[in-house]
Amino acid sequence: MSDFFHQFFNWNDLRDSFPLIWEGFRINIQIFVIAEILVLIWGLVLALLRGLPGRAAAPFRWLAIAYIDLFRGIPAIVLIFIVGFGTPKTDIPLVSSFSILQLGILALTMIYGAYVAEVYRAGIESVHWSQDAASRSLGLTNWKTMRFVILPQAIRRVIPPLLNDFIGLQKDSALVGVLGLREGFRAAQIYSGQHFNATPYVGLALCFIVITIPLTRVTDVLLKRDQNRMRGVTR
Amino acid sequence: MSFLSLRGVVKRFGPTTVLNGVDLDVEEHEVVCLIGASGSGKSTLLRCINLLEPVQEGEIIVAGRHCTGPKVEVDQLRRDVGMVFQSFNLFPHMSVLRNITLAPIQVLGLSKGDADTRARDLLSRVGLSEKANEYPDRLSGGQQQRVAIARALAMQPKVMLLDEITSALDPELVAEVLELVRELARDGMTMLLATHEMSFAKEVASKVCFLDAGQILEEGPPAQIFTEPREERTQAFLKRVIAAGRL
Repeated sequence: MSDFFHQFFNWNDLRDSFPLIWEGFRINIQIFVIAEILVLIWGLVLALLRGLPGRAAAPFRWLAIAYIDLFRGIPAIVLIFIVGFGTPKTDIPLVSSFSILQLGILALTMIYGAYVAEVYRAGIESVHWSQDAASRSLGLTNWKTMRFVILPQAIRRVIPPLLNDFIGLQKDSALVGVLGLREGFRAAQIYSGQHFNATPYVGLALCFIVITIPLTRVTDVLLKRDQNRMRGVTR
Repeated sequence: MSFLSLRGVVKRFGPTTVLNGVDLDVEEHEVVCLIGASGSGKSTLLRCINLLEPVQEGEIIVAGRHCTGPKVEVDQLRRDVGMVFQSFNLFPHMSVLRNITLAPIQVLGLSKGDADTRARDLLSRVGLSEKANEYPDRLSGGQQQRVAIARALAMQPKVMLLDEITSALDPELVAEVLELVRELARDGMTMLLATHEMSFAKEVASKVCFLDAGQILEEGPPAQIFTEPREERTQAFLKRVIAAGRL
């Protein structure tokens, strides 16, 4: 039993490795915060393209569907390799001059944008058609109906599943370490390899959990407050 | 030419023909009631006039504006036509005030201040001044429907389409909504309403149209339709309505 504690919960190793891990984990935070913002925008663009009405918009719809199908199907680590090791050797404008960090963020955004597009779409489709009818009957255009009537209701409904994808994204930020970026996981690996001890991984695990659990609770509270404001409940 | 005019309107949903050649005229300041069994096409007819449903054949003309054909300015037309729905369809994420000001600001380009003033005037007219900052889900059905009417009126439409606006209400809440419609009629609003409230139709309508199997089978002043209907089907329908204690 003491071997177990020594291997995973060694106080000295935790104390000594933590500054390194924390330094690395700050890169993880940087990766996932920027990626989350980009994912929110990119996913919405994809969902709106996919939902465009009319025959003229068909090519956009097909492109969006093809993108979503493709990038949801690729394992994150494979795309990180493709983007991270492949693009710097090409002459794609802008992207080929990206740093490893930027390439990692790009790869994660490409994948999670596809997931989040489907979450948005589910939300948009869950808003009853009568809301659209009411808005259109008042003379609002398709776009303004989407912007003021449909999306605000859709987004409220999909916040819990969005958060789900965000937590996935936060954890996958550790995959960017394969590109040689010394984020939290890479830092833990280095220390662990030098000291033959797994405690740094546990320390890193704690870092992730300390972020995700409060995030979930805070979101729950905010959602509840929003619902109470609109419904006949005051608490 | 009538203010609102329908000629040979045909609407199909796949193989089902819902409207089978409807001719209808509504003059300015007239209140026309559409009666008929469920599924006779009353709601569909109203939705077609507002272009929420495309029609397959026929012509719809509102205030001299052709609503059918390839080059219709849909959004322009809808400014002139207000619609109130059976299930209110208020926007649940907006306060009552914002429900009413959204379209005047976004469609008519009113400033927020002007739209607010207009909305508050309308709210006091429908007797809900103190509810301006409430959310729709906190209101009773009757109150929600009055807000929906105010929301449609805020666009200053030339004609109002009311689609069974009391059908989703508890009986004790029907009166407050009907009273509001009565006032609109007195003020000269042109209205076309689908309704199951026969005694109300009898009271406010200048003309009653009986819709059957996607056609207007019989029309005339309420006194004639309700007391001496010519068509057998109108008679049968009204007999059922009387048996249900609705007339």
